[in-house]
Amino acid sequence: MENLIALLVAAPLLGAAVLLCGGRRLDRAGHWIGTLLAAASFVVGVVLFSAMLGYEAEARTMRQHLFSWIPVEGFQADIAFQLDQLSMTFVLLITGVGTLIHIYSIGYMEHDERRRRFFGYLNLFLAAMLLLVIADNYLLLYVGWEGVGLASYLLIGFWQHKPSAATAAKKAFLVNRVGDMGLSVAIMLMFTTFGTFAFGPVLSATGETSEGKLTAIGLMLLLAACGKSAQVPLQSWLGDAMEGPTPVSALIHAATMVTAGVYLIVRSGAIFDAAPDAQLAVVVVGAVTLLFGAIVGCAKDDIKKALAGSTMSQIGYMILAAGLGPIGYVFAIMHLVTHGFFKAGLFLGAGSVMHGMNDEVDMRKYGGLRKYMPVTFVTFGLGYLAIIGFPGLSGFFSKDKIIEAAFAKGGTEGWILGSVALLGAGITAFYMTRVMLMTFFGEKRWQPDAEGREPHPHESPKSMTIPMIVLAFGSVFAGGFFAIGDRFTHWLEPVTRYDHGHAPVSAATVTGATMVVLLAGAALAWAMYGRRPIPVVAPRGSLLTRAARRDLLQDDFNHVVLVRGGEHLTRSLVYVDHSLVDGVVNGTAASFGGLSGRLRKLQNGYARTYAVSMFGGTAVLIAATLLMRAV
Amino acid sequence: MSATAVHGLWTTMGGVTSAAPGDRFAAPTIEYAQLAPVLIVLGAAVLGVLAEAFVPRRGRYYTQVFLTVVALAAAFAAVVALAAGGYGTTKARIAAMGAIAVDGPALFLQGTILLVSMVAVFTFAERRLDPEAHGNRVDSFVAQAGAVPGSDGEKAAVRAGFTTTEVFPLVLFAIAGMLVFPAANDLLTLFIALEVFSLPLYLLCAVARRKRLMSQEAAVKYFLLGAFSSAFLLFGIALLYGYAGSVSYATIANVVNGSVQGIDPALADTMGNDALLLIGGAMIVTGLLFKVGAVPFHMWTPDVYQGAPTPVTGFMAAATKVAAFGALLRLLYVVLPGLAWDWRPVMWAVAVVTMLGGAIVAITQTDIKRLLAYSSIAHAGFILAGVIATTPEGISSVLFYLVAYSFVTVGAFAVVTLVRDAGGEATHLSKWAGLGRRSPLVAAVFAVFLLAFAGIPLTSGFTGKFAVFKAAAEGGAAGLVVVGVISSAIAAFFYIRVIVLMFFSEPKADGPTVAVPSPLTMTTIAVGVAVTLVLGLAPQYFLDLASQAGVFVR
Repeated sequence: MENLIALLVAAPLLGAAVLLCGGRRLDRAGHWIGTLLAAASFVVGVVLFSAMLGYEAEARTMRQHLFSWIPVEGFQADIAFQLDQLSMTFVLLITGVGTLIHIYSIGYMEHDERRRRFFGYLNLFLAAMLLLVIADNYLLLYVGWEGVGLASYLLIGFWQHKPSAATAAKKAFLVNRVGDMGLSVAIMLMFTTFGTFAFGPVLSATGETSEGKLTAIGLMLLLAACGKSAQVPLQSWLGDAMEGPTPVSALIHAATMVTAGVYLIVRSGAIFDAAPDAQLAVVVVGAVTLLFGAIVGCAKDDIKKALAGSTMSQIGYMILAAGLGPIGYVFAIMHLVTHGFFKAGLFLGAGSVMHGMNDEVDMRKYGGLRKYMPVTFVTFGLGYLAIIGFPGLSGFFSKDKIIEAAFAKGGTEGWILGSVALLGAGITAFYMTRVMLMTFFGEKRWQPDAEGREPHPHESPKSMTIPMIVLAFGSVFAGGFFAIGDRFTHWLEPVTRYDHGHAPVSAATVTGATMVVLLAGAALAWAMYGRRPIPVVAPRGSLLTRAARRDLLQDDFNHVVLVRGGEHLTRSLVYVDHSLVDGVVNGTAASFGGLSGRLRKLQNGYARTYAVSMFGGTAVLIAATLLMRAV
Repeated sequence: MSATAVHGLWTTMGGVTSAAPGDRFAAPTIEYAQLAPVLIVLGAAVLGVLAEAFVPRRGRYYTQVFLTVVALAAAFAAVVALAAGGYGTTKARIAAMGAIAVDGPALFLQGTILLVSMVAVFTFAERRLDPEAHGNRVDSFVAQAGAVPGSDGEKAAVRAGFTTTEVFPLVLFAIAGMLVFPAANDLLTLFIALEVFSLPLYLLCAVARRKRLMSQEAAVKYFLLGAFSSAFLLFGIALLYGYAGSVSYATIANVVNGSVQGIDPALADTMGNDALLLIGGAMIVTGLLFKVGAVPFHMWTPDVYQGAPTPVTGFMAAATKVAAFGALLRLLYVVLPGLAWDWRPVMWAVAVVTMLGGAIVAITQTDIKRLLAYSSIAHAGFILAGVIATTPEGISSVLFYLVAYSFVTVGAFAVVTLVRDAGGEATHLSKWAGLGRRSPLVAAVFAVFLLAFAGIPLTSGFTGKFAVFKAAAEGGAAGLVVVGVISSAIAAFFYIRVIVLMFFSEPKADGPTVAVPSPLTMTTIAVGVAVTLVLGLAPQYFLDLASQAGVFVR
């Protein structure tokens, strides 16, 4: 059974190779090949999952050693896989949601000439992401990590003829590089500290290592997570990444890739548990981002960017939970899975709306769509209820557990974190209600597009609605299925460990408080956007609104501090290069050239001169030889 | 000059073996099988001379080309057979009564010379580059060497469709001399071999079809200076004989290191006089340094390389360097190792000025043939760095470098023959501007050769340079390696400049055309490229071969 693990990666990798190298003759069948191989990977995942369920809870880890990658004295790297409950959860999420989004893309990308290439990239992404989560060492994980970064870059910039898409892709790539540097530094530190980078030896040796080193490794891992998961301060790329096709936003920038940072931190839990300072940094990053993303989400009029802010905020919850240690690991992953369902569903819904509205993304130009797109409305609505944490739906169970766990951290820290998480839930309710109201309710505010075509909203084709319906089921039932009887906790506990913590308030109190802020947020949104008509042109808004529209000035900050600073540094280096370095180089070259010109004159063409040179040379040679003996 | 002449000299001199008075004349024993490569080439040369006399004019070209190629192939087969028979390693020995060594370096270098001569001879035989003259296809050589340039006699010869097919026997004689040169195991054989390969080369330089005056001037210069250097060599031989009482390498070496104490009564005044040894050694080294083109004995190189017919230049630049470095290695490693403390600093200085001098003067050259000449001078310096290592690695690195360098050189000069305008080959660099636009393939091939000269990785030039520098550094000449690397950097400038000129300059309106050669020249160039890339990408087999071959027999 273990030997099947490699197939998980091999199937989509084969798809990517075939689709990207196959050329035009595959144009007609390309999307089917891609979807089929994604589904094949999902089937392999399910088979492995059922096999895993057959084992004892403590003995479920499966391993496969493929080959020795870098067998050098003192430096062993293997292509080897480790499939435990944590990896299994991700495998099912990635292949399951991935397959649905492949199906959805068949319809969504129907009119795109480069659909085959699109599916090739999607398969490449699946392969890299699966490699990331089933690698049994950090070096191989890094390969997957870079692979998903590449796929993300290619897919954000898929419509590279649009300058905005090309720029967004470049931005995502550059910001991710900063995080990737963190991961590579972390791996180097691991190697010097532990002499290996396999999960097993590294994570079991944390007890015998100094806290300082572990803190350094932890902070570098956090930097990596910030880059990939769009957490403050490396969050700036996610909003722009929405330039990519919507299925990409759903799969990569909502459900899977951006959660890789959470996986990394949970996987490296033993390091963070032994380095409280690094763990504190994780919590702070999570808490700040969850508010940051939520505030940005409140001000955006672009439906995808509003959802992107929401993604940032929800991942903030997960990072926060992951930073709580064994109290939160399980819930971080549980929220990750439920979020994977409802956020992917919401994005697919947004894509469906755009599909019907001539690719319009401005919610101020939507309105009253519920009658025209009933399936989209219902599935989007269920996703909406799930994300705000409506009782009984997925988000309710997972988010509530995180808020409880934050309080259970104990002490002042627990109170602060709990309050932030609670406040975040209120803001979530506000901005999601706003999206819902602006899109599906109220008056029609439709505008003709740039080419003067009036929108004719219609329901999307089956290939698009079926994945939305499936995901809506997940949004509704997954949370309950996981939470009731603590099923998910028991499933993950052998890998991540679980600790109840010391809750200062009862679970019921937390749930009640959550309900209150939730209702308050939703009511406020209804008061602002439900009762009053919505202007088609955005009003100027308060200072905070304007700042939030500009992503809380993150780009301006980056520009002033990093870009300008970098430019100044570059300019001074260029100056030094031109004046000093080039001066020396050109001077040397000029002097050699001059020397050459002078020596050349010796070569005057007369045989007598040549003979004199030979004679002189021989004389010197003899004299020197004799002199050597004399000395 | 044939093989028997060599033997004759030996038996009359015969210092060690037949010194006792009253001995009856004893016939020398000659190991014909072990001398087969030389004998085959010499025999073919003699047949070639006969062919010139008896084969009708129309058939001579084909006869000569056939004879030459077959002889070279057979000689190479003989070398391979000898090497396979273990004569390069376990059965290495001295043949022909002490005159010729049959050992690893000798066989390795003979094989190299034969292969590189073979591809060079293809360019000799090329007859498609020049336009036909009066309905006759012509090669790079003059119609009638004796006719005064521009005279009526010359015109008549051209009209009659004469060709100088004598170049083939001449080149065979030269090759035979070169085969003996690195294998020579006594000073007289060394001298005879030198003359046997030099005299035909002087002649070959003089027979260019185009720019005949320049060609003749080059030949005269080469001859005068070559004779001058031969005089030094011969004088050095005399002095060494005076010192050691013998011309045999082994005997001299034993006298140098003190293991032979006996004194020949006839030479009682001079034997063991170190001044004779040092001066004689220096003069012999002078003669060899002239042939390899080391500064300050290099000045003939640019003039002769430029004036000689380009196929001859390619042959000469490649094969002469191999042969001369082989002889130099044997002299320094077999005869004078006891003197290493004396010659190493001097050679050190020669290597430095050769590397720097060649590289620096090349910067301002404007003619591609002169540029390659200076490049060959710089390369002689690099090879000297390996010679100075005085370790087995030094020997094998030099052997490898010679293989790499000789094929690149033959290939590069073969490309030069292709770029032509109305006046023949367009060798001025300004004519090469934009060649890459018009003839991307030819320019790309030439770029490969230039990169190999510059020692860029993935080419044989890099592997060779790395090997000699490594050997030099391990042999205690780290300073030399520093100078070598600096010279390489300087040299890279002018190699890359030609590439830039070919690919990044606008082509001139009246620029040259690239002639389409026959398969002969194509083979030469293709072999050059193949060897360059193989030795750059997968050199291990050849490095192993060179290191197996790197032991001199004593």
